[in-house]
Amino acid sequence: MTTIDSVATPVMTTTQVINAYMQEARAECLRYLRNPGFLLPTLLFPSVFYLMFGIFLAHANSADAPRYLLASYGTFGVMAPGLFGFGVSLALERDTGLLTLKRALPMPPGAYLLGKMCMALLVAAIVAVLLLCMAIFLAGVHLPASRIGTFFVVEVLGVLPFVALGLLLGTLVKGQGAPGIVNLVYLPMAFLSGLWFPLSVMPSFLQSIAPIWPAYHLDQLALSAVGLGQGREGMHVAALLGYTVVFVTIAARRLRRYG
Amino acid sequence: MNQDTQIARLQNVRKRYGAVTALDGIDLAVHRGEVLALLGPNGAGKSTSIAMLLGLQRPDAGSATLFDKDPQAIEARRRIGVMLQSATLPATLKVGELIRLTASYYPQPRSLMACAELAGVVDLLGRQYGGLSGGQQRRVQFAMAMVGGPDILFLDEPTVGMDIDARQSLWAAIRHMVSEGCAVVLTTHYLEEAEALADRVCVVAAGKVVSQGTVDALRAQVALRKIRCVTSVSETVISSWEGVASIEIHHGRKVIATADAEGVVRKLLAADYALSELEVQRAGLAEAFQEITRSTDTAKEAA
Repeated sequence: MTTIDSVATPVMTTTQVINAYMQEARAECLRYLRNPGFLLPTLLFPSVFYLMFGIFLAHANSADAPRYLLASYGTFGVMAPGLFGFGVSLALERDTGLLTLKRALPMPPGAYLLGKMCMALLVAAIVAVLLLCMAIFLAGVHLPASRIGTFFVVEVLGVLPFVALGLLLGTLVKGQGAPGIVNLVYLPMAFLSGLWFPLSVMPSFLQSIAPIWPAYHLDQLALSAVGLGQGREGMHVAALLGYTVVFVTIAARRLRRYG
Repeated sequence: MNQDTQIARLQNVRKRYGAVTALDGIDLAVHRGEVLALLGPNGAGKSTSIAMLLGLQRPDAGSATLFDKDPQAIEARRRIGVMLQSATLPATLKVGELIRLTASYYPQPRSLMACAELAGVVDLLGRQYGGLSGGQQRRVQFAMAMVGGPDILFLDEPTVGMDIDARQSLWAAIRHMVSEGCAVVLTTHYLEEAEALADRVCVVAAGKVVSQGTVDALRAQVALRKIRCVTSVSETVISSWEGVASIEIHHGRKVIATADAEGVVRKLLAADYALSELEVQRAGLAEAFQEITRSTDTAKEAA
């Protein structure tokens, strides 16, 4: 070994840096797709609910019910990869030392979080496709291709505010208690946003506070996508963007402080 | 040694966690190509020292440098390999995927196969990490530490949970890295590991380096030997003899530490004809290490 070789600082090419991000995203996706404990509940809850209420019990509802429930269970479904796939895994990995190891290794900045985000987007896409297939082929919902496309895009991008919320929760709680805490956010928010029962059958007080919840805004966008919306899409998009920015800002501050 | 060869350095580093002082003005330098073992009781500051050198913790005072840079600079970290004691890796990823992922962080990584062969994980490449035994997992972590072709390896308790054979083969892999010019910083509870690998040993106690030198020099610093035997001579009598440093009872045997083993044995045999199971041992690094940390404690109490 010559002195020059050993002293020279090695340089990463741009291709190598991009490859590192890709590898990280690939690894995050693989590890969760292979983990039935995460994947099964994420896929089963929305699809079983849809099967029960959108298909088997559809005759008791109005003709629009399968479309309406496609939007609400779709929204319910994409919240999970953000909150659990991202938030809970971050909380666990802050506890098990994986995050510490990653910080010691020369991982490019943000690759760990971006990788998790890709995983959440991928799982959200799977949930959206699964529910769309059930709606179209089992419930006989007729939707033009443009509406199907819009619904898919809304649900996939709609995971991002919940990734941001998951990130924030993941920096607030740590370790084995995280799934419980995240469920305490997930389930009440789904209920209060009208994802299980239409807001119109709920007390007026709950209806009036629904716009507080990010899930409400995503549900409204999903309803618009399937043709049952009440308009004001721009406001809902702005609300979701706002939540995302606020969650990420607070989380970034906490991560910087506590690592 | 020449300052130019220093690749990792702590200078007068202090760190407090609330009321606890973890590092109390520690000075530590790692030179190119050397194997440095950090020894010390739990809570002495070994792990905090490593965390400082890796940029995981910030010093309250003093400075930590890695290749003359801030340890948080990614350029500096691209030249290191890390094996932490407590990290739980993703259980559902395969060994080959974990090594390939880690390799992607480095500019000039080793090939997957070369690395797997050296770490002895070739037969594990297709298996999921979560299904491996503790010893196998440590080997995978070692493969991940060396895959980047680092100039310095940080190994925190590398052979915990390994059987003798696995430990020996990991030592061989570490020696191979060293033969290629890689420096190693090692913390360990196994003193024979430090004896087997280290060029230099730093004994850390109460957040400071209390002694450093070669393994032999460290051992020679303590001239004590241990006498073990079953005897009826009482502890009070023995401890009153000249040259007896300490006496303890382990499972019915008296264990006497002394600088004058011959003299004490002669007295013991004269005092007790029924004395049995006599053993005399030179102090290993363990005793040397205990002696050094004990004398630090005494010095502190006296101060």
